[in-house]
Amino acid sequence: MSVIPAIRVTGLTKQFGSTTAVDHVDLEIAAGEFFSMLGPSGSGKTTVLRLIAGFEQPTGGTVELFGQDVTGKAPFDRDVNTVFQDYALFPHMSVLDNVAYGLRVRGVPRTERRDRAMRALAAVRLDQFAGRKPSQLSGGQRQRVALARATVVEPKVLLLDEPLGALDLKLREQMQVELKQIQRDLGITFIFVTHDQEEALTMSDRIAVFHDGRIEQLGTPRDLYERPASRFVADFVGTSNLFDADLSESLIGRRGEHSIRPEKLTVSAEPPSGAQMRSASGSLVESIYVGSGIRQVIDLDAGPRVTVLERNDRSRIADQERGGRVHVSWHEDDVVALIPPGA
Amino acid sequence: MTTTTTPPGVTRPVPAPRRTAARRSSAFLATHPRVRLGLLLTAPLFWLGVVYIVALALLLVTALWSVDSFTGQVRTEWTFDNIVQVVTGSLYQTVTLRTLGIALAVTVIDVALALPIAFYMAKVATPRMQRILLIAVLMPLWASYLVKAYAWRSVLSQEGILEWLVSPFGGHTPGYGLAATVVTLSYLWLPYVILPIYAGLERVPDSLLEASSDLGGKPGRTFRSVVLPLIFPSIVAGTIFSFSLSLGDYITVNIVGGANQMLGNLVYTNVGAANNLPLAAAIALIPIVIIFGYLALVRRTGALDNL
Repeated sequence: MSVIPAIRVTGLTKQFGSTTAVDHVDLEIAAGEFFSMLGPSGSGKTTVLRLIAGFEQPTGGTVELFGQDVTGKAPFDRDVNTVFQDYALFPHMSVLDNVAYGLRVRGVPRTERRDRAMRALAAVRLDQFAGRKPSQLSGGQRQRVALARATVVEPKVLLLDEPLGALDLKLREQMQVELKQIQRDLGITFIFVTHDQEEALTMSDRIAVFHDGRIEQLGTPRDLYERPASRFVADFVGTSNLFDADLSESLIGRRGEHSIRPEKLTVSAEPPSGAQMRSASGSLVESIYVGSGIRQVIDLDAGPRVTVLERNDRSRIADQERGGRVHVSWHEDDVVALIPPGA
Repeated sequence: MTTTTTPPGVTRPVPAPRRTAARRSSAFLATHPRVRLGLLLTAPLFWLGVVYIVALALLLVTALWSVDSFTGQVRTEWTFDNIVQVVTGSLYQTVTLRTLGIALAVTVIDVALALPIAFYMAKVATPRMQRILLIAVLMPLWASYLVKAYAWRSVLSQEGILEWLVSPFGGHTPGYGLAATVVTLSYLWLPYVILPIYAGLERVPDSLLEASSDLGGKPGRTFRSVVLPLIFPSIVAGTIFSFSLSLGDYITVNIVGGANQMLGNLVYTNVGAANNLPLAAAIALIPIVIIFGYLALVRRTGALDNL
């Protein structure tokens, strides 16, 4: 007998008028997993989250929570909690009252809910701000209050709807680490919605890539990055140099669509030697210094424009001349075959 | 590869804007904020100062004068007789209490009706339905006050549509009287109560309602703990309309109120038939005092803090 998943979604479909936001999605999320739903806006990832939370009712399909069908249940009857994109803190309540709200609704006595809320605030290092109003906090602090408010009621599953979207880069990176730690400490399932592929890659155990209301690919971050299954995933998760069937045949020597990551390509003045290495000649269009590396854009003689990302390494020739002749080379093993959609 | 940046066909550079008089005065204003402020506020301040406050002050002053009973001329001698008469006279006390009761009843009824309507408009209805409802709420304001009051007179009459509707179930129209006055005034001021509450609800993000529900709050709890505190100032704004408009009304009670009188009627008869402007002014001070009392009460609840 298999272990009961925290969330099982079967044939989930949601239509808004004539548009289908979610199209027959099947999904199983294990207990304790950090699961991300990644996709561009309008791909259906947030709708799936809202269907799990109960804010929307599906047009078809079911949502199961630890083996129990909760499809027709209201949000207040589901043992899941949400961290909202705009945090949705109650502006008229103090930080403490915000965090204690879920406990108050459940009829927890005043002193106990105060203690538990304070402990939840201490866990996100905001106990000294308990008396403040949400409007007196910074974006990052509000975000942590929202997290404390959702976790204080000890849900089995925590849903996070782009919770880091409004934060600046430094804070976002810091919160990524914190979220991951909190998830590990609490041991609860996190379902994390984001359009930021880097965020999804760094935090998740598994990622579902959404496209047009369907799951395009589901796998570990490594799977998605190293072995993207489709042109869309290769393009959306990280950057990719895509080669259509004709170019693959002439340049790579294989049939079907292929992609190569920019960091797997090397630029050199002379064609490389070595087993399993292939190369193509072209001219340098742009060489961009990006701090940790150098991004070079090259027009291959065979037609396509490729991007090469090289590490900022002393041995590299720092400035190739624009328009200069170069060779782009790669290892046979770094070529990824893409399965065309519907194949 | 060419390096030209100008699109083909364009040779002349974009000309600088011409220095017109309007442009020069705008430039002057841009660097002189005090002049700007003066131009902006002179006219409205004049209106507020002269037309509004002076008229109100004159009312107060007039209440302290008296009327010569022989000539009917206003005597400009200071006296508190009118004020004392209005405060101690049993007629004025009765009418004041009646007026206050009507205004309170109208306000309670209007808030009770406006809350669900405004909530449906702001949070449930589709954008299309929202527009339709907004127009429906505003539409009665296009019709004349008098026409609407007389329409209610017809509805409430013994042979009216209300009698026809409820008599099969053993009910009867309330006829003309206080109940009819309350019903008609509630109808008249309802849009003024719906609109601020609707505007207040519009400003409450949906995610707050979802967050409350998500944390286990059932609809009743969400309404009491999240929605109501946030829209309380809007409700107060609506009640100020219905309350003060009811306090000052005298036409509706004339049309559907039977023999009942409100404060406005006393003012009307004292200005017209009795030719006693000072006494009328003294009576008119009653609703002003009541409204001030109401505002002071509201202020204590903190509803006006964020206005």
